[in-house]
Amino acid sequence: MKTACHYLLFTVIIVFSLTSCGGGSGLNRVDQGTIDGVLHFGNGSDPQTLDPHLATGVPESHVIDALFEGLATKNPYTLEPEPGVAERWEISPDGMTYTFYLRQNATWSNGDPVTAEDFRWSWERALTPALAAQNSYMLYPILNAEEFTTGLTSDFSQVGVKVLDDYILEVRLRAPTPYFLQLLDHYITYPAHRKTVEAFGSYTDRLSGWSREGNIVSNGAFELTEWRINSYLRVEKRAAYWDANTVKLNAIVFYPTDNLITEERMFRDGLLHRTEDIPLDKVPVYLQDEPEVIVIAPYLSSYYYLVNTNKAPLNDLRVRRALSMSIDRELLNETVLENIMEPAYFLTPPGTVGYNPPVTFGYDPEQARALIAEAGYPNGQGFPGFEILYNTQENHRRIAIAIQEMWRETLNINVTITNQEWQVYLESVDNINFDVARRGWTGDYVDPNTYLDMFITGGGNNNTGFSDARYDELILNQAPLELDVEARNELYYEAETILMENMPIIPIYIYQTKNLKHPDLKGAPSNIMDHYNWKYVYLEAEQ
Amino acid sequence: MWRFIGFRTLQAIPVIFAVITITFFLVRAAPGGPFSTEKAVSDQVKAALEAQYNLNLPAHEQYLAYLKDLVQGDFGPSFNFPGRDVSELIFQGLPVTAELGLYALLIALGIGIFSGVIASLKPNSLQDYGPMSFAMIGICMPSFLLGPTLVLVFSIWLEWLPVSGWGNTPGDKILPSITLGAMYAAYIARLSRAGMLEVLSQDYLRTARAKGLPEYKVIIKHALRGGLIPVVTYLGPAFAGLLSGSFVVETVFQVPGLGRFYIQAAFNRDYTMILGTTIFLATLIVLFNLLSDVLAAWMNPRLRYQYRK
Repeated sequence: MKTACHYLLFTVIIVFSLTSCGGGSGLNRVDQGTIDGVLHFGNGSDPQTLDPHLATGVPESHVIDALFEGLATKNPYTLEPEPGVAERWEISPDGMTYTFYLRQNATWSNGDPVTAEDFRWSWERALTPALAAQNSYMLYPILNAEEFTTGLTSDFSQVGVKVLDDYILEVRLRAPTPYFLQLLDHYITYPAHRKTVEAFGSYTDRLSGWSREGNIVSNGAFELTEWRINSYLRVEKRAAYWDANTVKLNAIVFYPTDNLITEERMFRDGLLHRTEDIPLDKVPVYLQDEPEVIVIAPYLSSYYYLVNTNKAPLNDLRVRRALSMSIDRELLNETVLENIMEPAYFLTPPGTVGYNPPVTFGYDPEQARALIAEAGYPNGQGFPGFEILYNTQENHRRIAIAIQEMWRETLNINVTITNQEWQVYLESVDNINFDVARRGWTGDYVDPNTYLDMFITGGGNNNTGFSDARYDELILNQAPLELDVEARNELYYEAETILMENMPIIPIYIYQTKNLKHPDLKGAPSNIMDHYNWKYVYLEAEQ
Repeated sequence: MWRFIGFRTLQAIPVIFAVITITFFLVRAAPGGPFSTEKAVSDQVKAALEAQYNLNLPAHEQYLAYLKDLVQGDFGPSFNFPGRDVSELIFQGLPVTAELGLYALLIALGIGIFSGVIASLKPNSLQDYGPMSFAMIGICMPSFLLGPTLVLVFSIWLEWLPVSGWGNTPGDKILPSITLGAMYAAYIARLSRAGMLEVLSQDYLRTARAKGLPEYKVIIKHALRGGLIPVVTYLGPAFAGLLSGSFVVETVFQVPGLGRFYIQAAFNRDYTMILGTTIFLATLIVLFNLLSDVLAAWMNPRLRYQYRK
């Protein structure tokens, strides 16, 4: 028997020594990647599709931005629009008509030229009701686009998109939209190759396989070479891209990293140049030991609680204000959020195109107690209580517990907390079937409108029952027509003041992106859109 | 024997049918839907989406249409990955999961039988308690704990093996296989110990020893065949369990197998994908149970006689 034991031990040793030799080529994947110009990018999850008109989500945007190019792109440092397929554009003095002059050397990956008609057809496709593109609303600033999608007109020639020439596209808007150029690097505005789409079925068929590996024809700086679902997706530099000289990376490999903890280990093991996120409890460790690889930066995203303003006791404004004033957001940030988030007393993240949101209240336990007494619950007596709803996740739970405790301590009221799985939670929020619900919102573009237009009366993402005539007037009629940036910002300021005085939402904090970035990764600055312009990105070994 | 196989196959059909029907209506009863998102979409978009996937039809019509496709071997399109079929995704994940399951099973059998047999030879001695304590730890230790622990030791501290992946870097298949196999190794160790103990006390082994056979021949040739019957019966459910239960290991190690599709489908309410994977795995489980029953009947003639009539 002794010999048998020895055998087992021996085998184990052999197996492990063999494998350790196998892994020992000297360089890890990341170092080799830096030498070869191959970026290993942790992308959160696999894209569901690469069809720019059907995709939704951030992981999709990273891949589609590499494969396709719109009329304009963004400078990753300033987020200002830069020429893309359009080499220049003219804006009419009333801000309503944009004329795009397309470059003649932009090509599809099959060699076809990219023309104005490609864009017109693609936008028609994106807006066609039968395709059911979830992001089609992003194109609504275009004249009659919303009417076309909602079926009020079925004649696309009514929509403000006109081909003047093979390389000139005229776009008429329904109102001057200062952020219109920003939308042109959102994938819903990207062109799709008509012949390829139609070769695989109807252009409104969501199930067509045209955007799969082997089939897809794209017009960006990179082309898709390999896609193994749940394993990796690889794109390689496209030599015929009009600006190929600027592109420094040879390839990008996107990894689906849905498990945060594994992603962090992959980074530590030299398998990734960049992670999509990092577990919150690892933040202090990295800040202490390896501050050069952890990046924490402001993000265009808000964390807040929705309040059901139709339901007692929350239909009382004094109660809502008391609740909001008794949350010590600084303390919450220090104790639960590792001190990396930005406490918020407003909805819109500050600094969006020069707009700074109003601060109408602060942490004020005295006034909060006075307000709740005024509402008929002195020292919390007789308060009926309510429930905080959040989608199942550890951080949301910890925040809810902290806030529950703050409300108990300050107002002497007891509330309960409950969690629901994501899809169940979405349905509850959508049907306003809650008392107070956790919510996060990431802006579609850098402009206060992407936040404030949610809370118009009956808005699809309002979900609070909030309704204010002056607010609707400001958002729907006044701000869209205002050409002057400062005056426009003042209108939004007034609107947000109304919103915060009515408190249908309780702001908590502004998100910060937190991820790990290898020092070799350059040309990928942090910006509030977490946007990568792949042309700028390069790899260079740090000495 | 054929009668036995035929009987068991007929039993399987209503089981599978029940799985299909229950799953079909259960996924639709769950709150939320495949197209709910944080951002509200207009009613027109929602209606058009549902029309593309036939969700606008009454439930019984959807059910009949689904059964009709299923009979033709069509699991339908995935809701979550537009442009991909469920069967395509299953057959993309299956080889990976099967390979992982196979390695795990080999590890489980190797370690399990070896330590179980050793333990049974000297019951209630150190030689018994040692392996059996390990087995107990193996059963108790969940794979979401064992996996990261192995990674910490072998990848982060010793830097011998990669932390994750499957076939991307050399050696990356070892840790997931061990993690998945460990729990089954523990079960097999306990099963083979119990089986061996029962057999070792029987008369035919005393006869074998009396004939003067060397001890290793007694154990390997005579005792093992009888002693391992419980292990063999367990193999079918074990392999089916390895295929359907590997999602934790697949998530911890970023293995692109079936388990991850299964979990993602459930979270995303990808109706066709949930149904496809459930039906597929249910069929596999039924099939492996059948196989292990047949194998057990072959090893144990007494079982065969029951179906002779």
